[in-house]
Amino acid sequence: MDLVLDIATWILMLGGCFFIFITGFGLLRFPDLYTRIHAGGMADTLASFLVFAGLALQSGFSLVTVKLALIVAFLFFTSPTASYAIAQASFVAGLKPRLDGFGSAEDKNDKS
Amino acid sequence: MAYRKIYKRGLGKAYEGEYGKTLRIISLISVLLAVWLLLSGIYTPLITSFGIASCLLVALIARRMDVLDQEGHPIHLSPHVFLYWFWLFKEIVKANIDVAKCVLFPGKYLEPSLFASKVTQKSDLGKVVYANSITLTPGTVTVDLHDDTVLVHALTKGTADGVKSGDMDRRVTEVMGEG
Repeated sequence: MDLVLDIATWILMLGGCFFIFITGFGLLRFPDLYTRIHAGGMADTLASFLVFAGLALQSGFSLVTVKLALIVAFLFFTSPTASYAIAQASFVAGLKPRLDGFGSAEDKNDKS
Repeated sequence: MAYRKIYKRGLGKAYEGEYGKTLRIISLISVLLAVWLLLSGIYTPLITSFGIASCLLVALIARRMDVLDQEGHPIHLSPHVFLYWFWLFKEIVKANIDVAKCVLFPGKYLEPSLFASKVTQKSDLGKVVYANSITLTPGTVTVDLHDDTVLVHALTKGTADGVKSGDMDRRVTEVMGEG
């Protein structure tokens, strides 16, 4: 039984780590601020959920599990507000989203 | 469906006025006590009485500050909210996989777009729930919320179509008992 729990924990935690890795990769790779917010959203949602689910399996059925669940719940309530604040602030400041994906090389030089 | 209508008209009204205020204070105290009991873990008489006293104090301050309204403590929402959370979680998982694919193969999937979409919720709370649901799903971010239009930035064509189809909007409106 312990072995099954350990394997399930490994799968969940590695899944979470995979999504966090992809998040970092996306933050470096995407062309502008708005697309990078999408990449950051992965770490806030599924990645943190998977990591916390793995931790909850290890903690067993106790008060610690409740605390972990509460952390995830608060994260899910607050992280979209933070993302919205960043997107709204840059939109109001006049940052135009790049709608052509990566665009051409000259475009990149114009931006910088 | 009929049950939902009665719920909306009957109980929704009942939560207004003096009666609703009392109900909300009782509900706030129970929620605070439950959270305190779950987080504390130490149940000696002294510590427990401190916990109960602080819960009552918080309820008293919340009442005096008049923050216990339909927005601050929305007990008028139907239990369907939990079903909506399950549905939203399923959407989040799907969207995460979409965005991960887009990160790995941006040449194939990356297609950013910015578009306006209508919201059908009437209350501020409903609009915020909808806008936050959009942002919570990776691949779509709410950039601006104004009157009854929401400005959405989408990462791929698939995620943009998800918002444009209005499925989430319809569900939020239903759950919030508006429409």
